[in-house]
Amino acid sequence: MSVDKQTVAKIASLARIQMGDAELERMVPELNNILNWVEQLGEVDCSGVEPMTAVIPNTLRLRDDVVNADPLTGGDRRDDILANAPAREHGFFGVPKVIE
Amino acid sequence: MTDITDLGVAAIRTGVAQGDFSAREVAEGFNANVAAASALNAFIVTTPEKALEAADKVDADRAAGKTLGSMAGVPIGMKDLFATDGVQTTAASHILEGFVPQYESTVSSNLWAAGAGMLGKLNLDQFAMGSSNETSYFGNVISPWKRSGGSNAQMSPGGSSGGSSTAVSARLAPAATGTDTGGSIRQPAAFTGITGIKPTYGRCSRWGVVAFASSLDQAGPMAHDVRDCAIMLGAMAGFDPKDSTSLDLPVPDWEGELNSDLKGKRVGIPREYRMDGTDPEILKSWDDGIAWLKDAGAEVVDVRLPNTKYALPAYYIIAPAEASSNLARYDGVRYGLRDLPEGSGLQDMYAATRAEGFGDEVKRRVLIGTYVLSAGYYDAYYTQAQKIRALVAKDFEDAFQKCDVILAPTTPTASFGLGEKSDDPLAMYLNDVFAVPASLAGLPAMSVPCGVNGEGLPLGLQIIGRAFDEQGVLNAGLAIEERANFTAKPDRWWV
Repeated sequence: MSVDKQTVAKIASLARIQMGDAELERMVPELNNILNWVEQLGEVDCSGVEPMTAVIPNTLRLRDDVVNADPLTGGDRRDDILANAPAREHGFFGVPKVIE
Repeated sequence: MTDITDLGVAAIRTGVAQGDFSAREVAEGFNANVAAASALNAFIVTTPEKALEAADKVDADRAAGKTLGSMAGVPIGMKDLFATDGVQTTAASHILEGFVPQYESTVSSNLWAAGAGMLGKLNLDQFAMGSSNETSYFGNVISPWKRSGGSNAQMSPGGSSGGSSTAVSARLAPAATGTDTGGSIRQPAAFTGITGIKPTYGRCSRWGVVAFASSLDQAGPMAHDVRDCAIMLGAMAGFDPKDSTSLDLPVPDWEGELNSDLKGKRVGIPREYRMDGTDPEILKSWDDGIAWLKDAGAEVVDVRLPNTKYALPAYYIIAPAEASSNLARYDGVRYGLRDLPEGSGLQDMYAATRAEGFGDEVKRRVLIGTYVLSAGYYDAYYTQAQKIRALVAKDFEDAFQKCDVILAPTTPTASFGLGEKSDDPLAMYLNDVFAVPASLAGLPAMSVPCGVNGEGLPLGLQIIGRAFDEQGVLNAGLAIEERANFTAKPDRWWV
C-alpha cells in the first residue's frame, strides 16, 4: 500500500498537524519508503498468534479508593497544574472561543 | 593526584565516604568540565548550583556521621526526558520549550534520595526519536570521538541518549541517565565507548518520563563500567505505584552480586544476527567476545531467533503508533508552546501549534502512527505488528531454553559522521537492527565497549538476558569488560 498527497493531507489533518503543499509533497515519498519497507511483515504467517499487548505479564492494580491517597497524583494542585498553561483565566485553562 | 573527573561512580562514592576528597570538590570538578564543553552541545540546561547543593548535603551528612546513600557525592547528567521539579524539561522539542515541571520524576527522585546531584539536563533526539542526535530542536550533540588520522568530521554520539553518551565519554559527568525504547541507551553507549544497560521493562518507573512508546520505554544508567551501571541501576529501579506497568519486585543487590566467573553458564550466539552488510570489524569484535566469554568459563551454544529480520519493521509500526497517541497531549492548551494565528479557532490552534512545535522526524512518526492506526489499516499494520512482536518474544523464550544470556553486536557499524545518514530516515532506522528485538521482548540488555575499529572509533558488544535477570547480563558484561581492556579515550579537542 502506498499513500498519495491527498492521503497524507488527510492523515496530517487527523493528527492535527498543519502542513503546506511543499511539506506534504516532501512527506509522500518519505512515508512511502517506510510503508513499503514495513510491508514485508505481510509475508509472515501469523495465523493462531495472539497480538502481544503487554510485554511482561503484569496485572493492573487498583489503588485504594481514597481521595488524595497520593498527594503527588491527587487533587488540590490547581496552581501547579496551571503553572505552565499558555493562557489561564479564573483558575481554568484559556482557549479560543469554541461556541459561536 | 589524579583528576577527580577521571573517576567513575564507585571510585567517587568511595573517595567521598573515606574523606579522600569532598563531594563539593567532585561537583566543582565536573561543573568546570561541563562549562568548558559547550562545543559538544551535550546539555540543554546546566544546573551547577544543583550539583553543589546536593554535594554540600552529602558532605554535611558525612560530617554528622549519617549513613550515606549508594550514589552519595556522585554528580550526574539527567537526560532531558525526565521531569525535574523547577528545571526546564523539553524532550529536546520546541513544543515543550520553557516547560517547567512542578514535580519530579520517580527515577530522578530515587537518584537524589541516593545522594546523587544534578549537573544539568542532557540533550537528546527530539522526543527520543532518532539514532544520531540530529533531531534535537536545540542542535546536534557532537561526539567527543574523531576518526583517527586527523579527520575533522564531527561524529554522531548515537541517539537518542546522545547527550548522555557524550557527557560520560567526555568526562563531563561520571554517569548519566538514559532511556531506551529501541536501542537509545545501548547504541549511543556503543558509539562512545561507554557502558549502558536497559533493564527489564518495568524495573524503572516511567512516571515523570516524557512518553514516546509506552510499551517499550525503559530508563537505565549510562556510565564508564559495569560496576558503575550496577550501582546506578540499583538506585534508579524499584516498584512505583504511580506507574501501572511498574514491576512489584524487590530490587536485587546487583552490585553486591557481581561475579564474572561464568562457569556453568551458557552463552547463546544467534546466527540471524550475522546479517549481510555487517561491518567485518563488528563481526571480528563479536568473535572476540565469544572467546572472552569462553575464557570466563561459559559454554557457547548456537541459538535461533528466526523472526529477527521482522523485529525492526514491526518496531516501526508499534513505536510510531504509540507515539502518535502519546503525543496527542501536545495541544497548546495545558503546557508548552501555543501558536494561535490571528482569528483562528481551537482546531486551527492545535494544528498550528503542532506544526510549529514538532520537528520533521517527530511529524513523520506521528503521521505513520496515525496512518497505521486508522480505520481500514489497523489490522493489516498494527495488529500484524503486535503478532510479530509476540513471535519475536517467543523466539527469545525458546532460545533461553538453551542458554542463559545471548551475545551479539550492539550496532551494525561504528559511529558515523553527522549528516552522513540524516537524509535517509530508513538508513538511520537500520542502525537499531540489533537493539530493537530485545526492546520488543522487554528484556534486559546491555552494551559494553570491546575495542576500537581501524578508524579509532569504539565498538560495543551487546548482552541480552532473560526477563528479570539483569544480574546475568551484568555478570557477562563484567567478564567481557575484564578481558577487553578497553582504555581508549577521546582527545580533549573541545576544551
